[in-house]
Amino acid sequence: MLSYIIKRIGQAIPTLLIVITVSFFLMRLAPGGPFDGERQLPPEIEANLMAAYHMDEPLWQQYVRYLDGIAHGDFGPSFKYKDFSVTDLIWQGFPVSLTLGAWAMLVALIIGLPLGIIAAIKRNSAVDYLVMGIALGGIAVPSFVIAPILALVFGVILAWLPAGGWHDGALPNLVMPVAALALAQIAAIARLMRASMIEVLGSQYIRTARAKGLTPTEVILRHALRPALLPVLSYLGPAIAAIVTGSVVIEQIFGLPGIGRYFVQGALNRDYTLVMGVVVFYAILIIVMNLIVDLLYSVLDPQIRYD
Amino acid sequence: MFTMVASRVRIAIFKVRTAILALSLAAAILPAHGATLKIANGDEPGTLDPQKASGTWETRIIRELFATLVSYDSKAELVPGLASSWEISDDGLTYTFHLRDAKWSDGQPITADDAVFALRRELAPSTAAYNANLYYTIKNAAAINAGKATPDTLGVEAVDQHTLKIYLTQPTPFFLQALAMAESAPLPRHYIESQQGNWVKAGKLVVSGPFQLTRWIPQSDIQLSKNPQFYAADSVKLDTAHFYPINDAQAALNRFRTGELTLSYTGVPATQYPTVKKNFPNELKVAPLLGEYYYVFNMREGSPLADKRIREALNLAVRRDIIAHRILGQGQSPSYWYLPKAMEGGAEGEMSFAHQPMEERLKRARQLLAEAGYGPKHPLHLGIAYNTLDDHRRIAVAISAMWKQIGVTTTLTNSEAAVHFNALRQGNFEVGRYGGVATVNDPQDFLKSFVTGGEGNYGHYHNARYDQLVDAISRELDPQKRAPLLTEAQQLLLNDYALLPLYDYVSINLVSDKVKGWHTNPLDVHPLRYISLTQ
Repeated sequence: MLSYIIKRIGQAIPTLLIVITVSFFLMRLAPGGPFDGERQLPPEIEANLMAAYHMDEPLWQQYVRYLDGIAHGDFGPSFKYKDFSVTDLIWQGFPVSLTLGAWAMLVALIIGLPLGIIAAIKRNSAVDYLVMGIALGGIAVPSFVIAPILALVFGVILAWLPAGGWHDGALPNLVMPVAALALAQIAAIARLMRASMIEVLGSQYIRTARAKGLTPTEVILRHALRPALLPVLSYLGPAIAAIVTGSVVIEQIFGLPGIGRYFVQGALNRDYTLVMGVVVFYAILIIVMNLIVDLLYSVLDPQIRYD
Repeated sequence: MFTMVASRVRIAIFKVRTAILALSLAAAILPAHGATLKIANGDEPGTLDPQKASGTWETRIIRELFATLVSYDSKAELVPGLASSWEISDDGLTYTFHLRDAKWSDGQPITADDAVFALRRELAPSTAAYNANLYYTIKNAAAINAGKATPDTLGVEAVDQHTLKIYLTQPTPFFLQALAMAESAPLPRHYIESQQGNWVKAGKLVVSGPFQLTRWIPQSDIQLSKNPQFYAADSVKLDTAHFYPINDAQAALNRFRTGELTLSYTGVPATQYPTVKKNFPNELKVAPLLGEYYYVFNMREGSPLADKRIREALNLAVRRDIIAHRILGQGQSPSYWYLPKAMEGGAEGEMSFAHQPMEERLKRARQLLAEAGYGPKHPLHLGIAYNTLDDHRRIAVAISAMWKQIGVTTTLTNSEAAVHFNALRQGNFEVGRYGGVATVNDPQDFLKSFVTGGEGNYGHYHNARYDQLVDAISRELDPQKRAPLLTEAQQLLLNDYALLPLYDYVSINLVSDKVKGWHTNPLDVHPLRYISLTQ
């Protein structure tokens, strides 16, 4: 097991290097630069800015400088947020995104899994159609529609919850963003769970289990659930990585200090270092999540062993 | 005996604890009552270093932290700041400032040396200050900023602790305004030099302004509290101010409606404007701003737009009233000029057809196009480029329809801001959307955008007489003599149809009726020291 983990981490290094290299050069290929704005800067001032960020050096030299920084755990200074380093920004924003994402995922699992199981058991019944109809709705309605509606109804009209803000993670401030984030995940998880459960329920060993005289609940919980969870689990790896790195839409609408908006804002501002920092961080997170998922596989499926 | 003492001590501790608890409860509750202003501040500030900042959402906070030599009052009029008085020599080249007895927030005196330190730092190339060119008329400033001279050669001098002299190379009409900009605010040299690298740290930052920085959580909030060392601390009525980086207008409006915000600089969603106007007639504050929305023509050789007749025809066909009133409808005024009406200086002038009936204008436009060799058989085709924003798109679509009436077809190209402005710089456009906003209330910066070879002259406009006029304007201190020059320069641009002006910008803010001392003004500056809250 341990040697397997070490091997996987070893494999992650070249993957990261490729991610860094490709995104570094892709960012620079995009037209326009960090100092292209509404106001045209005088040439002297632009030259000073370029020098301050080493943009006056040849590209390969900037690349080497960047790699050297990363090797020392330094993502460099942000082009836009000058009073913080990229590392500061990520470490300040990540706990927020993590809190939101973890809650949203938990809620999605608690609601999504039972829904999927019920739909699978009552396949092609009114309950199934209702659950899957709602799930389809959840996937189809984008968060930039659902979030403002939530804010308007519960924040402004009913005034039950604050319409926005983080308040250092106070519970009332969490409810709406978590609900908005969880909705699409509930739908996705319920659909996956239903499909895989239907497949498992049709297999031979389930028939055997039933033939042994087990109650339907025992069949589901003891024999069907574990294998049926596998596809959901492989979906969860990247989904958790995506959800805990934040959602730009949810963060904008509810005014939350997560790292999601750095993805989009950083790219639009041509904030090279910030975008790179977030991309590298995201890549590491995906690699780690995938590793955890693979390890969990062996817990759920006795046929899989990492030795 | 011993136990009795112990229990007494316990009781005493209990009493102290209760007292502390009561006090801390009171402390937690009291400042929230009427003395905290909660502000939607647009974007997240990129920096609170006065010399590296570039956006209004940054300087709005920085002005509260760092007092300037000359300051703005609540109506954006210039008033004494850290300098209690000043003299300007007759030739307009020497400024002498007398600093008042004031202290940094750590108790150290604010001296003329701190002002010298700040100006040298502003111009040092390593600072890479965005607005360094505001100070280029100070002796040696431009050379220092270009790395051709050392910062200690800058024409500023601390005569004694309270006297500062600044030497200019040419008279500069807006110089006092430049000294009201955060960029020139004296800086706490002793503190900055004691810090390693980045010195903008909440809770530590040494300031001179009415407020100090107590908390900064990026993308969440920035909190300021009253600075007891500020030279006019007695007149500051607010205890704290919270700035929230909310750039979504709908989100800002929601939180303003629930009372979570007392002030919003984030604007109002265009679609909601009529509703807001109806429901918040007193809270909605709309005022002219020193900005102009216009289209730039690429007048480089070989472009059809190098032909003045075509530029005139395109101008004739655009109905500004429809764009300002129907498409935007938030108090913007249609514009037939270049310099925003709210700008000081007394410039007059407008495009000659401004009051002509539309039919005559269209007839004349078609005639001009025909003279230039375009007609139904050989239609003129142009590209309109704009940066991504719903309003820009709606305006471009409307203009495209208006030009169609005179037989001009168009292709609309929309790109993100960095790409769009890069294309303008490179000259890769035919007609491009642009918006100019002035940093100081003076026409000079605006006029420079059309000077031959000047930065921001994206369309390569060239007129020797115009260049001469702008040069004269930049040196003329007498407003009486300057006004006719401004009018002439502006009229030249308009007669040459060097641009397609569309409307003057407005500021759109939401101000709770609990807020007192807040006044609309063309610079949209609202110093907190004049603001108070009522219950």
